[in-house]
Amino acid sequence: MEYEAVIGLEVHVQIKTESKIFSGSRAGYGYGPNELVDPVVLGLPGALPVMNKAALDGIIKAGLAFDCSIPDWCKWDRKNYFYPDSPNNYQITQYDQPICEGGEVEIELSGDSRAEMGEHKKIKLARIHLENDVGKLNHFAEDSLVDYNRAFTPLMEIVSEPDMHSGDEAFAFLTSIRQTMIYCGVSDCDMEKGQMRADANISVRPVGETALGSKIELKNLNSITGVKNGIEYEIKRQIRELKKGNSITQATWRWNADLGRTELMREKEDAHDYRYFPDPDLLPVKIDYEWRNRIQSEIPELPFEKQRRFMEEYDLPYTITSVLVPNRTLSEFFEQAAKKDPAKAKAIGNYVTNDLLRELSEAGQSLADCKISPEHLLSLVEAVEKGTITKQIAKDVFVEMFRSGELAGEVIERKGLKPDFDDDQVKVWCQEAIDENPKPVEDFRSGNGKALNALLGQVMKKSRGKANPQSVNQVLRELLN
Amino acid sequence: MGDELHFKSAGELSDLLSSGSVSSVEIVQSLVERVGSVDDRVKAFNSFDAEDALAQAQASDDRRAKGESLGELDGIPVGLKDNLAVKDQPLTCSSKILESFVSPYDGTCIQKLKANGAVLWGRLNMDEFAMGSSTENSGTHTTSNPWDLERIPGGSSGGSAAAVGACETPISLGSDTGGSIRQPASHCGVVGLKPTYGRVSRYGLAAFASSLDQIGPIARNIDDAALLLNAISGYDPHDSTSYNIDVPDFRKAAADDSDRKWTIGLPKEYLEESSDSAAIKPVLDAIEFYKSQGFEFKDISLPHTEYAVATYYIIATAEASSNLARYDGIRYTKRADDFDGKDSIDVYHQSRALGFGEEVKRRVILGTYVLSSGYYDAYYLKAQKCRTLIRSDFENAFESVDAIMTPTSPTPATLKGAHAEDPLAMYLSDIYTIPANLAGIPGLSIPCGYVDGLPVGLQILGKPFKEDEILRVGRVFEAAHGYKDEHPEL
Repeated sequence: MEYEAVIGLEVHVQIKTESKIFSGSRAGYGYGPNELVDPVVLGLPGALPVMNKAALDGIIKAGLAFDCSIPDWCKWDRKNYFYPDSPNNYQITQYDQPICEGGEVEIELSGDSRAEMGEHKKIKLARIHLENDVGKLNHFAEDSLVDYNRAFTPLMEIVSEPDMHSGDEAFAFLTSIRQTMIYCGVSDCDMEKGQMRADANISVRPVGETALGSKIELKNLNSITGVKNGIEYEIKRQIRELKKGNSITQATWRWNADLGRTELMREKEDAHDYRYFPDPDLLPVKIDYEWRNRIQSEIPELPFEKQRRFMEEYDLPYTITSVLVPNRTLSEFFEQAAKKDPAKAKAIGNYVTNDLLRELSEAGQSLADCKISPEHLLSLVEAVEKGTITKQIAKDVFVEMFRSGELAGEVIERKGLKPDFDDDQVKVWCQEAIDENPKPVEDFRSGNGKALNALLGQVMKKSRGKANPQSVNQVLRELLN
Repeated sequence: MGDELHFKSAGELSDLLSSGSVSSVEIVQSLVERVGSVDDRVKAFNSFDAEDALAQAQASDDRRAKGESLGELDGIPVGLKDNLAVKDQPLTCSSKILESFVSPYDGTCIQKLKANGAVLWGRLNMDEFAMGSSTENSGTHTTSNPWDLERIPGGSSGGSAAAVGACETPISLGSDTGGSIRQPASHCGVVGLKPTYGRVSRYGLAAFASSLDQIGPIARNIDDAALLLNAISGYDPHDSTSYNIDVPDFRKAAADDSDRKWTIGLPKEYLEESSDSAAIKPVLDAIEFYKSQGFEFKDISLPHTEYAVATYYIIATAEASSNLARYDGIRYTKRADDFDGKDSIDVYHQSRALGFGEEVKRRVILGTYVLSSGYYDAYYLKAQKCRTLIRSDFENAFESVDAIMTPTSPTPATLKGAHAEDPLAMYLSDIYTIPANLAGIPGLSIPCGYVDGLPVGLQILGKPFKEDEILRVGRVFEAAHGYKDEHPEL
């Protein structure tokens, strides 16, 4: 029998704000234990939560980016449970009136090769709601310590419908959420810092069956790759069990990335009764037209839209866009240059995604503080197009521009990279190369076209790389025929 | 009565301070003596730091000497219910679970009192976490009624009312969730005001039931209550439920004796209930007095009154079960001494079992029950609907009346132990005060006479944010009677 998997994801994303969600305490990462606390964060007697509007801005932005509907009102509820990382032993969350309902996340699956765009799909969302994050427990041999720095960081929970069917789709789903949130400035989604966390609900069923099988909740998925691997392993495990004639019991499992397998955490789901009720310390929130509109106007062009437009408007190959687009500042930088002369866009894209990225990474610099401007790129592409320098030399010129901040012309001038010989000289060098290398000449003449490259290399050497390879090629062919 | 400073009202003391005829240090010294001589019997205080109070008084005198007085409250001692957060002072809520807790911050009310130069004066006893009407549920001790030491002072702000009644402080702050200011005020022969929900910030008030709690003044006369209310009122960005509305000068408003035509409602449901009540006679006399002053009385109906107590105990316990979850033995609350468990669940069980008293446990369990899946609709949701009906009862009534008068409590102070075996009887004694909390409206209790030598209170309920009106109405009675100057023999 053939089986298919059905997967739903619950993704927690921290919203990047100056202060915490219900307290004026600073929000952040990398501080000493319990430095980011105040009476509210510690749940002291008499402390009261006050909503941080910036956190709502963030989630509304996320909701609009994912095409959710934003109801006019949302409210806050208490979810009651005891756990030492929870200062009040209740979490403030949104139970039956979340701020975002429905919506979908566009994903792209891997193409047949890296140069080809993969299939695009839309994964349905059930809702996105806002809640406070909790502290972090650190377990030691004798005792456990709790750090409340993370407590009350704004946290949104993006809940998908059971609308995915493979680890690849889950991977693409998280990648898309991450890129969209980074584009919108809502979150950095760094999973290592816990800014994005995911749990998966996984079940399998015979193909053609419409009812869902018993689901396993999979936890401890600490990276996007971990999500993919964990889900793939779990699907195989469930199918194996069913094929053996066993049934799946609803339970919580964890992904063990070191051993590459899933492990049972809790056999029977604790019958949690969270005793949700409206938080009497907070008022319902009205999201009016102006508010929604203001946030809508702050949403940038989203990654997939940008990619489609770059391919169409600048005729960029998929490979370049797939490097450019995930990086919003890089793609904006590209476009500043490309806009000035769209005909040069492809060449600009190549320099940006190859040479610029390489130099930035080697220098450990960010785009914002490097010396390369759109004008630099244009000057370089122009010099190559005019035949002033070869593409090979252009690579060196780029490195020099990056280092000194000079435009291409200035580098070429200063370093004397312009050809200091004429076409006749090229012809002389070509003849010399032919005379000095009888073997490749013979090979070429007996039909091995590639043998010409050896001669070309010799000529380039003689010209110290300054000769134009296309014209050398042509001259060699003329001389040999 | 004597001329001793401790008998004087806050208003009188304020005048004496500004005329320079007395210093704040002298006032505090006289109160320290008074506490020394009577509090072994009244037992209003959980703790008080005389040294700290004298230092605050000295600072006030120094300010005044430099001509930098902070106003009419500067140098006046204010007693504090032990559920208000004061930086570096204990905050016990009269609970064993908080017995070693010291607050690292000031609540908004306290910040305001400090900004007005008040001398923060002691920590006053209460029913544990404000749950009760007698202080018998205190985790420390039971306070006595200064008028009869065998009797309860009322509660939950029993310490705050007894301390004012026994002249151990001129004024104090209490909190009122279902009558916890008004009922003890009526039992102790003093003035108590529960402001409109949202008038006074709750930031720094250890929560019992968030949607009902309100901090308010207890005083020996209306002028003092208004003086204290002036200091603590106002919108607070730290409390989302505080209301951004103008704060009138309550002292000035209460003293306004210009002509005005008043229409007062008498709810038939309350009077039927109280027809055989021991406390009814002085209340009826007070109503006759008002009639003689030209007040018009009108019979009104608040038809959902019979559901008020049940509604209240569902909502209050539901909120309390969640609010008190933070007292878990993990962070700042006391962990069971002989803790022998193996995980955090054991810490919770043992610490809460030892730290909470019977009444608190009863209410936490009740509240947990009414919020439980399967019961939520039948209890909590229904109670919220009843609450809406009770609120609209008042809205309807206030279309034709300016204020409503009722007894504050069905009986004068009862003997200690009277309700020990019957918590329900204690719950029912809040019947006249609870509806104001459910509706969010202000309520004032003023002394209106005695039954068998025990003080009885008249409750005046007003429209939302019309504390000024009920204070003014109350003062008409107070001005014609001498109750404010009568002190118990101690």
